[in-house]
Amino acid sequence: MSVIRVENLSKSYGKVKALRQVGFEVAEGEIFGVVGPDGAGKSTLFNILTTLLLPDTGNAYVFDKDIRKDYLEIRKHIGYLPGTFSLYPDLTVEENLIFFATMYQSSIRDNMVLIKPIWKQLLPFKKRFAGKLSGGMKQKLALCCALIHKPSLLFLDEPTTGVDPVSRKEFWEILRSIKNQGITVVVSTPYMDEATLCDRIALLQEGAFIKMDSPANIINGFQGNLVTLQTEDIFSLLNLMQHCGLNCTFYPYGEHLHVIFYDSLETALPKFEVFLQENNVTYQDIRQIDPNIEDCFISIVEKGGDASR
Amino acid sequence: MKIRIPFISQRSHQESPYSIEVQELTKCFGNFTAVNHINFNVRKGEIFGFLGANGAGKTTAIRMLCSLLQPTSGSARIAGYDLTTQPKLIKKHIGYMSQKFSLYDDLTIYENMQFFGTIYGIPRRELKDRIYASLEQLNLQDKSNALVYSIPLGWKQKLAFSTAMLHRPEIVFLDEPTSGVDPIVRREFWNLIYEAASQGVTIFVTTHYMDEAEYCGRVSIMSNGQLKLIGTPTELKEEMGVNTIEEVFVKFVER
Repeated sequence: MSVIRVENLSKSYGKVKALRQVGFEVAEGEIFGVVGPDGAGKSTLFNILTTLLLPDTGNAYVFDKDIRKDYLEIRKHIGYLPGTFSLYPDLTVEENLIFFATMYQSSIRDNMVLIKPIWKQLLPFKKRFAGKLSGGMKQKLALCCALIHKPSLLFLDEPTTGVDPVSRKEFWEILRSIKNQGITVVVSTPYMDEATLCDRIALLQEGAFIKMDSPANIINGFQGNLVTLQTEDIFSLLNLMQHCGLNCTFYPYGEHLHVIFYDSLETALPKFEVFLQENNVTYQDIRQIDPNIEDCFISIVEKGGDASR
Repeated sequence: MKIRIPFISQRSHQESPYSIEVQELTKCFGNFTAVNHINFNVRKGEIFGFLGANGAGKTTAIRMLCSLLQPTSGSARIAGYDLTTQPKLIKKHIGYMSQKFSLYDDLTIYENMQFFGTIYGIPRRELKDRIYASLEQLNLQDKSNALVYSIPLGWKQKLAFSTAMLHRPEIVFLDEPTSGVDPIVRREFWNLIYEAASQGVTIFVTTHYMDEAEYCGRVSIMSNGQLKLIGTPTELKEEMGVNTIEEVFVKFVER
């Protein structure tokens, strides 16, 4: 069964088109990731699906209910963690949680099971004002507040932006456990590495889905041959590569250079190595590798001939 | 009436190879020690990555290095100037850019650059030349009259960087400059960083993208107010016996 059904959804703010005819479905119990940079339209999409904003055109249904007409019914069954901190800074941690539970005519005790692992970490700060918590703790409290009425569907808008790698890992473990309790999760992120932790992802760029599939299928559908190599001075090599004349896309990737060749490697690779040698580039560890989601994103966007940036 | 002070160099470490020298720098808020006796030097023209978990004390440290916050104890020389006695001179010789605030949305690209350039006292004609040179480098010549709110985030970040460089600072502090930016623009941004560094500008950068840490000449990791890990990416990986900076980070912060 589809928990969310979206058809041709568009939204503009003046001249700026935030969403362009977006359509997709989210199945019950899945983690659906909306992956894209700031300004791609993620928050607009979330605000429409949580019934806080009306679209210009198109339709959206949550639990088969129309976001335009049945918004009161929808709101009862969803939880929303918006991109900006939205709890009451001058209430304590505990007061915030009680407030949200009471709003939904629930109590902390009723659904404690659901939030227990996270709540345990917050207990030492129970009496602290929410505004005085560290960034990571704020995020955990917000998650508790979004879950305390036991929603069947949880929206998380960029829960890990600006969060360090260790806390990000922790947060995703929490998401897994939420999914295991049967809650459908729709989550947005600008981090490509988090995409692989979703069941399905949509890559959002300038208001449109440029790709939607499972991470594995997106990787399998990668067009081109990806080669990696190491060299002392990547940035000089990047400048040099502008003139290599090969049909390829190249970019630094950590301490490596990644090159996507659009021709077969049998012909492209020898040409490339000749080019490197002619220009006296010392390199090592050159080999073909499997792409990850970030490589896929780059390849899809570059091939789309995106000139608007 | 303008009072003109004759220019006297107040730098004592004119010949120092370092643009940042930090000794036992400490900042306490009440009972809480946010930055705890940190020590490090950054060479001129180096790209220095400053990593750490949320709440480790990075922001407090950066605010001190930019002379926005006075230390509780310890000392530092930034661009040759003393942190406690010459904060104004430090501000003149550094650039700063953060993800959260960088440009005014309701001014045009040109107006933003003009505004910041004027604050730093760049003479008007010289400023005009520098603005056009920057816009040309970014390929934004035709967009100088566009309001900043209407341009894509990727442009904004690159523009903010160029704006922070208009007064030709010796050091530029970049606080999560690429947070939320797409993978392609992140790389374009790092190209700008490399270009600036190759011209001798010292880059002090924080990021949560561990692949970007690999682009730094040296990387340091803060934890609980202390700076215990510092070295080239290769050194750190070898020391920890792992293959990526991400693993170094996770291992270091979790232990």
